[in-house]
Amino acid sequence: MTPARKKRLMLVSLMLLVVAAAAALTLNAFNKNILYFFSPSQIANGEAPVGNSFRVGGMVVDGSVERSETDLGIQFDLTDTASVVTVSYTGILPDLFREGQGIVAIGQLDNEGLFTADTVLAKHDENYMPPEIADALKKAGKLSGDYGAKTTVAE
Amino acid sequence: MIPELGQFALVLALSAAIVQFAVPLIGLATRTPAWIGMARSAAQTQFMLVALSYACLTYSFITHDFSVSYVAQTSNTQLPLIYRISGVWGGHEGSILLWVFVLAAWTYAVAIFNRAVPADLHARVLAVMGMISTGFLLFVLLTSNPFARQFPIPLDGNSLNPLLQDPGMAIHPPLLYMGYVGFSVAFAFAVAALISGKLDMATVRWMRPWTNVAWLFLTLGITLGSFWAYYELGWGGWWFWDPVENASFMPWLAGTALLHSLAASEKRGVFKAWTVLLAVTAFSLSLLGTFLVRSGVLTSVHAFASDPERGLFILLFLLLVVGGSLLLFAFRASSLQTNNQFALVSRESGLLFNNVLLIVACASVLIGTLYPLFLDALGLGKISVGAPWFNFVFIPVTAPLALMVGIGAMLNWKRDSLGSHKIVFTVLAILTIVTAVALTMLLPHFHFGAVLGIGLAVWVTVTTLYGLVYRVRNKRKKLYALTHTPAAFWGMTLAHLGIAVFTVGVALVSLYNTETDLRMEPGDSHEIGGYNFLFEGARQVRGPNYSAAEGRLVVTRDNEPVTVLKPQKRIYDVRRDTMTEASIDAGLTRDLFAALGEPLETTGSNREMIEGAWSVRLYHKPFIRWIWFGAVLMALGGMLAASDRRYRVASRSVAAPARKDTGSSVTDSSAIPAAGRLAGAGGVDGPGLGGRGLDGRGALES
Repeated sequence: MTPARKKRLMLVSLMLLVVAAAAALTLNAFNKNILYFFSPSQIANGEAPVGNSFRVGGMVVDGSVERSETDLGIQFDLTDTASVVTVSYTGILPDLFREGQGIVAIGQLDNEGLFTADTVLAKHDENYMPPEIADALKKAGKLSGDYGAKTTVAE
Repeated sequence: MIPELGQFALVLALSAAIVQFAVPLIGLATRTPAWIGMARSAAQTQFMLVALSYACLTYSFITHDFSVSYVAQTSNTQLPLIYRISGVWGGHEGSILLWVFVLAAWTYAVAIFNRAVPADLHARVLAVMGMISTGFLLFVLLTSNPFARQFPIPLDGNSLNPLLQDPGMAIHPPLLYMGYVGFSVAFAFAVAALISGKLDMATVRWMRPWTNVAWLFLTLGITLGSFWAYYELGWGGWWFWDPVENASFMPWLAGTALLHSLAASEKRGVFKAWTVLLAVTAFSLSLLGTFLVRSGVLTSVHAFASDPERGLFILLFLLLVVGGSLLLFAFRASSLQTNNQFALVSRESGLLFNNVLLIVACASVLIGTLYPLFLDALGLGKISVGAPWFNFVFIPVTAPLALMVGIGAMLNWKRDSLGSHKIVFTVLAILTIVTAVALTMLLPHFHFGAVLGIGLAVWVTVTTLYGLVYRVRNKRKKLYALTHTPAAFWGMTLAHLGIAVFTVGVALVSLYNTETDLRMEPGDSHEIGGYNFLFEGARQVRGPNYSAAEGRLVVTRDNEPVTVLKPQKRIYDVRRDTMTEASIDAGLTRDLFAALGEPLETTGSNREMIEGAWSVRLYHKPFIRWIWFGAVLMALGGMLAASDRRYRVASRSVAAPARKDTGSSVTDSSAIPAAGRLAGAGGVDGPGLGGRGLDGRGALES
């Protein structure tokens, strides 16, 4: 092998090493850090894992929001119109959190079926429906199909 | 009348854009100089027309012409003038028009500067930019016409999203677009090089300042976006690995790689095909970013409802641009064969290492962003990839990059040996460890991560500063040599120091920040980070187009007054949107951040009652400003580098021989006499070396 080729081989193997390490890191991290989405119906059917973090989305049921008297604890029901899951959360809710509004919560489900959220997301545009929720509502058969195609304010 | 004028100007601009690419290409094929020369005038005409159209839309905003449905959606009579002007890009149609306007402005700049560029190359570059303009003008006219009228005319408009009623957000999109679209210049040069089958040193040198300027705008745009998210979204974070953020970060990573590989291509004639591929990649990722944001396929905090038809148009355009340029690359890349060799330890290898890491980082962001979309499209479940994943993958890839920054910049071109630097590196390493440990001692409590972060920052600083010393080591008049160091070198130094500052900010804010959400009655106090926050209650205040509850928090440290924070909870009159306006006391070593949650003693929707307890968010963010300050240093570095007079002088002196030579292939060696004179220390070898090919394949074309 000529010295030039040897050098080139070294360079290429070095690069491959970096890329391989990155690929290994990436795949390994995927297993640990991705969050699945489940609708309230899927949770009711027992499809969602207990004790592992995942995301749930739906509409906040009217009149279901209950606040704690002493701290920032809050409880509300989330529905995809077919089933309901109760979510408990401690902290400050996003500005657009309202009853009747579509939200996404990230957290864990316990054995009693209570979902404890560590993050609650509501969108900054009241006409925008998170795609997962639109989909979940559509599956539950209640959405007019009007949401996805609506054009409103942008970024 | 004015909106019609605007639309008419857009249609004319489309014709000008078509002329801008079609006529010169035909002229090039038939060797008709007059047709080739059309590129420049068509580009200038197109810019004037788009500017006129843009001015018409702005006029409609300022004069409240609600018969234009886009104005009615985005503006309102109560909206202050500044936000009526920035409101032009506050919605989809206008922001695409802004994109087109920025593209036309870049095209105009390419048309009037770079007069020294050979006519053929210049025409090809403008033709490629004309094609991009054509695509985007068609997009505006067919799917997103901002001038569409509506009837009946509403009495008042729907107003601008309150999140966008902010000075930062007013200039964030133009900066970002200047960066995104600016990469189209490098892209156009790259495609022109592929068409002609050659990329000589002069061309690479013309690409460099354009790329620098685009990159610095993108850097500023992303920084401003991050800053805006920090103070305006009220969450106190500075980066969320949100898909829309990633969409702007990917072109930045590819663009950063491009900056570095351009340096190697210009100085040593290596990595040419790679440089071209990077230029194509950077712009393609800009288009991908536009597609992701505008098509509504993403779940994102920034995502807003949008039209699937538009997404399809951009997707097709994206496929055409990426597919077309990659196809061209596949056919022509071999003609860009490199013929200079370099040793394993050399500046070239350092830059290659930099590029591999940046591209791996970019690919990991791409995978993390697109993987959920793929799974969803295949019906394999809905997942999201969040910040923990990105941090886990991204930090191990970028940390070696920071380790290498100073070393790589110090290595000689072509060949170097680590042995000659051994003593210096050992001394610098010891200095780094001692300094890092000493600095960590100053922090409130020990964190191993802080030693690593600060160590990395100190290492970047000492190696970069040593680079300056190393540069003038053999000069007799050191100060004179330093002051006569080219601006590009100072730019690089400044940008690399920016990395150090940025690293300190990221490390310290992620390890030492305190975030608390709590319930506070008037009179309650709470201490974080050594600061005592006393909540004095909230009261009603009035703004130009909103009413707000304004809290009052008196901050003291050791009973000494520090500041009074007045966070607001606003309700905008027209859209009835609620907005959290955080109050921040900024400082060099810490930010104090307070935001109001909601009044806790009201029931139902009665938000007028504001006495009593509130949920309050209190943050202590050490060194967070360093993140943005570091990024601004990087952008300043880019500005300094772009201003280097060698680029302009070189353009002029290289042009003369190159222009005569346009018919045949111009190789590296023909550009070298000029380059050799003008390049900095350790620059370019004499013409004789150009011919020595790697394993015999890289013989000169001519």
